[in-house]
Amino acid sequence: MPDSREVTLNFGPQHPATHGVLRLVLVLDGEYVKDTKLYYGYLHRGMEKLAESRTYDQIIPMVDRLDYLAAMSNGLGYVLAVEKMMDLEIPPRAQYLRILATEMSRIASHLLWLAAFAIDLGAITPIMYCFREREILMDIFEEVSGARLTYNYMRIGGVKADFSEKALTSIREFVKIFPGKMKDYETLLNTNPVFVARTKNVGIISARDAVNFGLSGPCLRGSGVKFDLRKNEPYAGYENFSFDVPTGAIGDVYDRYLVRMEEMRQSNRILEQALDKLPAGEILTSDPRVYRPPKDHALDNVESLIQYCYIAMEGIRVPAGECYTRIEAPKGELGFYIVSDGSAKPYRMYIRPPSFINLDIVPKLAEGRLVADLVSILGSIDIVLGEVDK
Amino acid sequence: MIATIMKTVLMVNILLVVIAYITWAERKILGRMQIRHGPMRVGWHGLLQPIADGVKLATKELIVPTGADSLLFLIAPVITLVFALVPFAVIPFAGAPVWQITDVNIGLLFILAASSLGMYGIVIGGWSSNSKYSLMGALRSVAQMISYEVPLILALIGPVMLSGSFSMSKMVAAQEQAGYWFIFLQPLAFVVFLISGVAETNRVPFDMVEAEGELVCGFHTEYSGMAFSVFFLAEYANMILISAIATLCFLGGWQRPFPTVGFLSFLDVVPEIVWFSLKIGFFLFLYIWLRATLPRIRYDQLMYLGWKMLLPVVLLNIFLVGLFKFYSIPLLIYYLITFFTTVGCVAWCSKHFYE
Repeated sequence: MPDSREVTLNFGPQHPATHGVLRLVLVLDGEYVKDTKLYYGYLHRGMEKLAESRTYDQIIPMVDRLDYLAAMSNGLGYVLAVEKMMDLEIPPRAQYLRILATEMSRIASHLLWLAAFAIDLGAITPIMYCFREREILMDIFEEVSGARLTYNYMRIGGVKADFSEKALTSIREFVKIFPGKMKDYETLLNTNPVFVARTKNVGIISARDAVNFGLSGPCLRGSGVKFDLRKNEPYAGYENFSFDVPTGAIGDVYDRYLVRMEEMRQSNRILEQALDKLPAGEILTSDPRVYRPPKDHALDNVESLIQYCYIAMEGIRVPAGECYTRIEAPKGELGFYIVSDGSAKPYRMYIRPPSFINLDIVPKLAEGRLVADLVSILGSIDIVLGEVDK
Repeated sequence: MIATIMKTVLMVNILLVVIAYITWAERKILGRMQIRHGPMRVGWHGLLQPIADGVKLATKELIVPTGADSLLFLIAPVITLVFALVPFAVIPFAGAPVWQITDVNIGLLFILAASSLGMYGIVIGGWSSNSKYSLMGALRSVAQMISYEVPLILALIGPVMLSGSFSMSKMVAAQEQAGYWFIFLQPLAFVVFLISGVAETNRVPFDMVEAEGELVCGFHTEYSGMAFSVFFLAEYANMILISAIATLCFLGGWQRPFPTVGFLSFLDVVPEIVWFSLKIGFFLFLYIWLRATLPRIRYDQLMYLGWKMLLPVVLLNIFLVGLFKFYSIPLLIYYLITFFTTVGCVAWCSKHFYE
């Protein structure tokens, strides 16, 4: 006979606050959460297994579907792993374009997080402002890659296409107006007494817990741990940029909010610098192991034709071995572990999705809190189910 | 008798039309605040949208969930709507008995009693739905009601003490006679009344009963079609009601602004009903503005707010009004006292609210 004071509540998979198809089973005493169980997998597509039957090139569009709100970062994380195994040199312009793309992706992702988080708390206006700016970014992405959500923009050895002058102008404009727009969101939320009351001292993660649970990204930095892979293990040329790593004080929901807001500002700074220093040159490496000649070359020149067909039909061969690379995705540490047996397809690919691992702390934070707090905690973790369920 | 019935029928119909257009205005104003247009397709600037919505809701299927108590489930929205409309019987919309259905000498008590009964609709609706989300919404509504009803009623004690009557039209008459609106004498009570009034109508930031992000839709999660829209009619009727009480008790009812200032007397050309509607409109705008600005408060925070902040503040107000009545303090000095206590209380509450 179960305790009659307890209620089991099925929170999701269809629920406005679970950001997709996450399912939580809550045991409630009144409205106090006694126990939370997380159920994943409603969006499982078996990406790691699928990768084993695809060539290295074919995996790029697939990883876009992980964290579909910051698809550029996923692409970057994956191609960096392959490039590391092949020991490829990336042309400087491609490096800068990658940074431009991923930092815009970070802003877009944080904007959507802010919008959804505010909605979770019941504030219905920030979403409109956030989407106004996100729309500019989406248009830029469409201009450079042809898609608005899953870009398939990164290539092993560079990027798919150069940024057009139009795209660069839009980015310049965006960089100029964005700090002003940030003020719009902050006046709505930062000192809003209801917002502060809902977020301050809620869901406190101590620095120790944050490290022990393997948190990464803003969730880790919100607890005061100054760890950002862009600074600590610079990749893709981040060592050439100056930016700050914001950290929170006590690790509550409000701190994570402030960290993300500051990160958007810092990303904007990086965009500014990248635009200023953008070098001219190639956007794809000419390394013969990955180089695919342009089509008109291939039709005129037999060596080019052979090379083209070789890359297109055989795929890129990655030397046998294994490697793990990690990047600072908007949600945290995104890692790709690839084992190659020397063929054109990975023998095994493992993905470390940041929000999947960040999510594990939710039951601990929610225990003894109200359902309303659970919603704000879940919102502050910033999950994307495409990534959680892989 | 016939006249009363006709007035009642007329008023209910006018109210329902007004409510329909408040939803339109809300969507338009929210849209303007959120850099979008709001309804634009049906009619000029979406003016026919409320009608289209009404037709849509009326023709939708009413689904009674399996395991729900269908009688209570269907009766709940009716209870809510009836008790949202009944209080209008004693609300005077302008001077002279023509503009009021009936002037009861316990008008204010009647309004409070009837509008509190409306909460039964929410509780019954949530309980009979056979859904945990609905049940939680219903339970929240009870917790919410006991914490804001007390300050709400005590806030109205002030005007009652000053006017010496529970009758709504006498309340306005007292303000006319005194030459000042009661808001100037008791801004504290006005602020408390506004805050608890928002809670009474379950609007943002006190919409925990619905709480879209937490309880899906709270007590009306399982409702559809006309039953669903009846809950909404009741919510908007309650908004008008609270605005009307605030106008009558604190803003001098249908009087023009600055009723004692002679050179503004040209404003008297505007009919009293228009002044009354404008004041109500101001409050409705405030509701919509709040909705666009504030997130949802947590329900333990509302209880904290109700018991530990609004209640002491409103008791202080009653004490001040008592002093004023008993010792006949000069008006100017009293203004100063209330002004500083209000500023002090607001500062104190906003400082201690986070903790």
